Amino acid sequence: MLTKRIIACLDVDAGRVVKGVQFSSLRDAGDPAELALTHGRAGADEVVLLDISATFEHRSTLLDVVRRTARQLFIPFTVGGGIRSLDDAAAVFDAGADKVTVNSAALADPSLVTRIAHRYGSQAVVVAIDALRVSNGNGTSFGVKATGGRHSTGRNAVEWATDAERHGAGEIMLTSIDRDGTRGGFDCELTSAVVNAVNIPVIASGGAGAVEHFVEVFRQGRADAALAASVFHLGITSIGDLKQDLLAAGIPMRWPC
Amino acid sequence: MIAIVDYQAGNLASVRKAFDHLGQESVITADPELIAQTDKIVLPGVGNFEATAALTGPLQEAVASAIDREIPVLGICLGMQWMFESSQEAPQLRGLGLFPGACEKFPAEVKSPHVGWNRLHLRATSRLLRGLPERSFVYFTHSYRAPLVEATVAGCAYGGTFSAAVERGQLFGVQFHPEKSGTAGLELLRNFCQL
Repeated sequence: MLTKRIIACLDVDAGRVVKGVQFSSLRDAGDPAELALTHGRAGADEVVLLDISATFEHRSTLLDVVRRTARQLFIPFTVGGGIRSLDDAAAVFDAGADKVTVNSAALADPSLVTRIAHRYGSQAVVVAIDALRVSNGNGTSFGVKATGGRHSTGRNAVEWATDAERHGAGEIMLTSIDRDGTRGGFDCELTSAVVNAVNIPVIASGGAGAVEHFVEVFRQGRADAALAASVFHLGITSIGDLKQDLLAAGIPMRWPC
Repeated sequence: MIAIVDYQAGNLASVRKAFDHLGQESVITADPELIAQTDKIVLPGVGNFEATAALTGPLQEAVASAIDREIPVLGICLGMQWMFESSQEAPQLRGLGLFPGACEKFPAEVKSPHVGWNRLHLRATSRLLRGLPERSFVYFTHSYRAPLVEATVAGCAYGGTFSAAVERGQLFGVQFHPEKSGTAGLELLRNFCQL
């Protein structure tokens, strides 16, 4: 049976791992290459490295971090943040990434997804969607934000996810801005809405704080994978303990690793 | 020296990196002459079966002659599928036909692609899988799958059972990515290096 994946996420700024609460107030949490390896040994099924500042002057720092991380990591390794062109993606793949995530640039030009998929395969392109709840007269819907949650796009998250799949995305990484960094649980409603609309794996992100949250997002949210950052970095839950608890709850897990 | 055959099908750096980690010399190459001189070949690849169209002419001859020389050949993912007769993904192309049958799409009742960690179910003794426990987890990412054949040494269950690993003589194929499958994958690659 295909197991549900637990993905450790490293938010990197200027070569250091940081973790924000609702996309701001950053705290330093260590060296990305070292942490990636630690998470891999602890049982993470994948590691994602997100360059959250993604400024031009930090690009070579990022590529160096990717290279150092990839050298020792023999599980799937995804890199995202600031990938605006096929050349940006190529540089990250050359440095050792297995997959890239694209976000704002794909919103502006979805053909970027197709071009990366054409050269590296769909399995190598993850479309990251930052979704925000929007209340209106008819109830709640999910909007899409660009540029690290700063700009509204007028897009609907479910529609954009199906569009992204059609353009060649291999997976959707779905972050709830409302829940990000709160440790109050994943947005299961958002997750299941997207899962039901696409036929590619969906990675739920934003809000992990306790074992029950993972159980919920796999059961109610029907997520294929769940991503968390601070919950592991700060040692609140070890990945091994989490996986054993999830196994006991009847969620298929890769354990022991 | 292991030749990792470069036919522009995805990212080959991770296979190379795994061999580096094992202290095994390898080279990523599309040079038929170099391939003719190596003592092991890896056919890597992710992406569309159409990419195997690049494996025609001198490159295919070099691989075919290596197979005739009976040096160990390991196909990974798309590289393994190319060792079968054909694939639904690009019906106009022919595979090497080293293993019988055609690669097919997953049935509609399961999500495709099959992405993530799934278990190996061992079916026969294997030199490639030596030391890997039954039900080991390995990492898959693919939309098409190879049928079970006589040479299947490990199966995997996802919308029915398919070939996760095939082996006959010096020919080896794995649908999963050993270079991305943690310690189990490195163990397999070490076995390949030691053949």
